[in-house]
Amino acid sequence: MNQVTQISGLLPVLPEIILACGAMLMLMVGVCTVQNERSSAIVNGWCVGILVLVAGFLLSVPAGRYEMFGGSFVVDDFARFLKILAIIGSAGALTLSLDYLTVDRQQKFEYGVLFLLSTLGMMMLISAADLIALYLGLELMSLPLYVVAASNRDSVRSTEAGLKYFVLGALSSGMLLYGASLIYGFTGTVSFTGIAKATANGASIGLIFGLVFLFVGFCFKISAVPFHMWTPDVYEGAPTPVTAFFAAAPKVAGIAIFVRATVVAFPGIAHEWQQIVVFVSIASMVLGAFAAIGQRNIKRLMAYSSIGHMGFALVGLAAGTPEGVQGVLVYMTIYVAMTLGTFACILTMRRDGMLVENISDLSGLARTHPTMAFFLAMLLFSLAGIPPLAGFFAKFYVFLAAIKAGLYVLAVIGVIASVVGAYYYLTIVKIMYFDEPAQRFQSMPPLLRVVLGVAGLINILFFAYPAPILNAATVAAKSLF
Amino acid sequence: MIVAALFFYLFAGLCVASAFMVIAAKNPVHSVLYLILAFVNAAGLFVMMGAEFLAMILIVVYVGAVAVLFLFVVMMLDVDFAELKQGSLQYLPGGLLIGGIFLAELFLVVGAWVIGPGVPQAITSPIPAAISNTAAIGLVLYTRYVYFFQAAGMILLVAMVGAIVLTLRHKERVRRQDVSEQVARNPKTSIEIIKVRPGQGLGSNS
Repeated sequence: MNQVTQISGLLPVLPEIILACGAMLMLMVGVCTVQNERSSAIVNGWCVGILVLVAGFLLSVPAGRYEMFGGSFVVDDFARFLKILAIIGSAGALTLSLDYLTVDRQQKFEYGVLFLLSTLGMMMLISAADLIALYLGLELMSLPLYVVAASNRDSVRSTEAGLKYFVLGALSSGMLLYGASLIYGFTGTVSFTGIAKATANGASIGLIFGLVFLFVGFCFKISAVPFHMWTPDVYEGAPTPVTAFFAAAPKVAGIAIFVRATVVAFPGIAHEWQQIVVFVSIASMVLGAFAAIGQRNIKRLMAYSSIGHMGFALVGLAAGTPEGVQGVLVYMTIYVAMTLGTFACILTMRRDGMLVENISDLSGLARTHPTMAFFLAMLLFSLAGIPPLAGFFAKFYVFLAAIKAGLYVLAVIGVIASVVGAYYYLTIVKIMYFDEPAQRFQSMPPLLRVVLGVAGLINILFFAYPAPILNAATVAAKSLF
Repeated sequence: MIVAALFFYLFAGLCVASAFMVIAAKNPVHSVLYLILAFVNAAGLFVMMGAEFLAMILIVVYVGAVAVLFLFVVMMLDVDFAELKQGSLQYLPGGLLIGGIFLAELFLVVGAWVIGPGVPQAITSPIPAAISNTAAIGLVLYTRYVYFFQAAGMILLVAMVGAIVLTLRHKERVRRQDVSEQVARNPKTSIEIIKVRPGQGLGSNS
């Protein structure tokens, strides 16, 4: 208690501090200077810059494992990897937003600030090493999400999406807190390592109850079955770039804390949580595959697709091995790239100044916009998991880990689900390439081209040079065990 | 000891009874008043546990701010709660079922209660013997728990920004207070001296 903390001791949290101060600075700049939509757009652009800056600082933080604030905040390779991924997701979604907001006359400087604050919450969540930090990070991540979902406040669908997300999110937070209090009651500690010590020799039934409630909260945040009900409605109702944000960054943070909490805090009762994760994973994969087939709206389709993908990512966690965690990390990396690329295409579906969202609007895209059709087709093939695209390798690594861990049934069901899922992705490709062309879309804004190009190239070229991502994921996964 | 037990049952009984009245009262204003009674009794329980700081916070924050805010909302919105509650009886079976499940779970949990061997050592911040718990909280809140404190601050900031983003509208023709303009007023800018001729009124002059 009488320790003198030196400023240099705060170096590992420097990215978070910069992000928090940057968000508050942008808020002050916005409040004091913004007069019109154009200056709001500039502030939102600066917010992207701050995210890039924070990513740069993250890369420059010296390697190794640091425990800050009495062990509540851990910086290790796992955290570093996922933080950079979450920032890429946020920065990508914010970049996608810039044109959309200008065209739809929705520019507000608070939009970018809320993105920054939500990203700060994600980073805190990824580094959380006890239940209190977990909860605070989760809330800081979620609250801005509720607000940006309702940010188009003159649209009934957007406000409905925000309200629905808020009410269900509050419910899931309550569940999570109930679970956390049970876990605290049965172990006497909130820190993950302390819980691991207390559960080393098996756990009482009360602790299992707590674990289940904790998982309910996690499953809600990553929209895994059976807590996925909000996803299609919120994805459809929220403004499209916000949907892109929902689909990318919070999923990364949610998976991160799911993995860290289970692997670090409950290794002693791995058998118990493995059953739950296997069930959630199978249910998500199957529901994601079958429920998406009947969708006509591409945002709803992406919602079911993301539910399915979370199921696939959880396959790696179910294995509970370093290979499994590495699979999860690779999966999330490729998932973020695929999602951002696909949403860049969805945001281009604009006719006469209005966004259109039906899958049938894409018909004949190959003849009206051949380049965009090619990239979108590649992304859809990748989402379906067709080799040699990146999505195939993502699935390959998680299934490999599951088979090595002896979870044959899970792996087989996963493969079947991905075959079923391929049907609806291929349907879109068929509509784009073989149906009669519909009216042209407006030309693609340059920022969207950049995002689509980068995401598309990562997907296509991953197989040629996978080493950087794979090696980073291996190192990150090892730091947890 | 018997006095302490008596007070415990007094506070606990009143707390449960007023909590019941919160949902049973017909008039929403009465509901809020019963809620305040429940808070005060809970504060009494905290005092008996020796957690006087929490007790005072409960009074100041929940009774002083939150409950009064509730009162404002209830009075301003003028929702007919009696009408809303009509037909709420049809949810009784489902509610009872869920309540029963939770009660069973509670019994399971309490029945299985085993304090782990490492628990007493695991408690990170024991209350030092010599000082009051207010001082004890103060000792750790800005040192050991400064991270949580700051994080909670960021969450409150988000709540504030969110509320403003979603509700504030810059309407035309809304007259706002401008303090600097008010302070800068002087007799020259705000008083106009007009000579009024007898029998003619102001109309002809201005």
